[in-house]
Amino acid sequence: MKDTIFTVLENKEIAKNTYEMVLMGDTDGIKCGQFVNLKIDGFYLRRPISVCYVEKNVLTIIYKVVGEGTEVMAKMEKGTEILTLTGLGNGYDVSKSGEKPLLVGGGAGVPPMYQLCCDLVAQGKKPSVILGFNTKDEVFYEKEFEALCGNVFITTVDGSQGIKGFVTDAFDKVDYTYFYTCGPEPMLKAVYNKSNTSGQFSFEERMGCGFGACMGCSCKTKYGNKRICKDGPVLEKEEIIW
Amino acid sequence: MVSLKTTLCGIELDNPLIPASGTFGFGYEFAEIYDINVLGSFSFKGTTKDARFGNPTPRIAECKKGLINSVGLQNPGVHKVLENELPKLKKCFFKPVMANVSGFSVEDYVYTVKMLDQEPQIGWFEVNVSCPNVHGGGMSFGTSPEAAAEVTRAVKTVTNKPVIVKLSPNVTDIVAIAKACEEAGADGISLINTLLGMKIDLKSKKPVIANKMGGFSGPAIKPVAIRMVYQVYEAVNIPIVGGGGVESAEDVIEMMLAGASAVQVGAANLVDPMACPKIIEDLPRVMEKYGIKDLKDIIGGAH
Repeated sequence: MKDTIFTVLENKEIAKNTYEMVLMGDTDGIKCGQFVNLKIDGFYLRRPISVCYVEKNVLTIIYKVVGEGTEVMAKMEKGTEILTLTGLGNGYDVSKSGEKPLLVGGGAGVPPMYQLCCDLVAQGKKPSVILGFNTKDEVFYEKEFEALCGNVFITTVDGSQGIKGFVTDAFDKVDYTYFYTCGPEPMLKAVYNKSNTSGQFSFEERMGCGFGACMGCSCKTKYGNKRICKDGPVLEKEEIIW
Repeated sequence: MVSLKTTLCGIELDNPLIPASGTFGFGYEFAEIYDINVLGSFSFKGTTKDARFGNPTPRIAECKKGLINSVGLQNPGVHKVLENELPKLKKCFFKPVMANVSGFSVEDYVYTVKMLDQEPQIGWFEVNVSCPNVHGGGMSFGTSPEAAAEVTRAVKTVTNKPVIVKLSPNVTDIVAIAKACEEAGADGISLINTLLGMKIDLKSKKPVIANKMGGFSGPAIKPVAIRMVYQVYEAVNIPIVGGGGVESAEDVIEMMLAGASAVQVGAANLVDPMACPKIIEDLPRVMEKYGIKDLKDIIGGAH
């Protein structure tokens, strides 16, 4: 965990209510599946946002405008400085992926799949990707994922792009050895029920601190109580109680 | 050179800063980012006789200048605290620590204090009679002078360490409760715990917190805390640990002027994990600005 200042290099809308923010700062030690916690002026608690892509001194995050805090973020201009806690959460364990991992992201759960996909491709794995959205206007990063791996499926609830339905409606198109998923809880539950391999789930919860001190985001698992922010946000299929 | 030293129930502190229970775990998360031995002490996570998961989530609601929490005393229970948490704490903190204890009956408090009393690193007990989160729990002790006194008396029979009673601000007469605790043998008073609050989400039109209500803390509650510390200081002769919305060196000085011998920092740790070391580092500058040479000299200075 580190608390450092990041500077906004770029902040633009890439899909409906969805923004991509590129930040410059100390990215040392940031892993895929982790999150950062941003201090936004005028708000008491920080905003936890998942890591989308990280390279030396440059961090990309993608966030959806869902409330007052993200509304302020959407208006941030180049050069804005943001106090940022980095290196939060356990992140994905890529060692378990097998040769053909499946990555399933839904809406605001898509971004963490991108760094994961980069890491898996770099290890010579052959990932497949299913990205779920409500409608065509909300789709983002389709081309970025396609540039990484050939096997990308888009699903939209209204059928305006790709396969009509939910992410699970694309499962029969892919052959996979393991899976990783992030998205709203009903989607995670559907993936849990549909999948026939082991896998990892990234969870969301309202957090206080984001680093394990306040016990605000606890959940029960088969192996005892866990804090989503510190022991998660990634939990393994075998430990989830559903 | 200015002096930051203070004394709490006969134990000297290098400085008055004590991270408040529930915002600092058992210390080791913070030890990852700074040497927590710079602190005066800290009050560890509220410990109960049995393990508790706490309340359903969401347990956190952000507010203007603060947050509401309804964690509900999640902790692994006193036996696991002794077995797993305190050995880890010992590796990163070498000063006397404050043991925060909660219970749902007088017997619970006695049991937990008795178990923890064997641990030499515990310098003080902070007996939480005020946690507003647990239905039928802590609240009832902290809202009645008789019940608060009963817990104090019972706990005092099983430990020789100083017993500091942490009071709830959600009462009509804080002074009556503080005095009852003093008469029952308390060695110190800690205040304030969180203020009972609620936040309603305009989209769902329902309370944000699963348990509907929770404890409000953060800079918004500081004036209430200052007032209560001031009132209690007038009424008792035992030391006071003051806390509530403290987030700067100026706040520490204000709390001590009101009557606090030591000062707790709570919510600020959650927003800025470096909050306490920053305050400690800043204190000498602010003391000089206000012509203060020795922090001990200003305790109760506003009276």
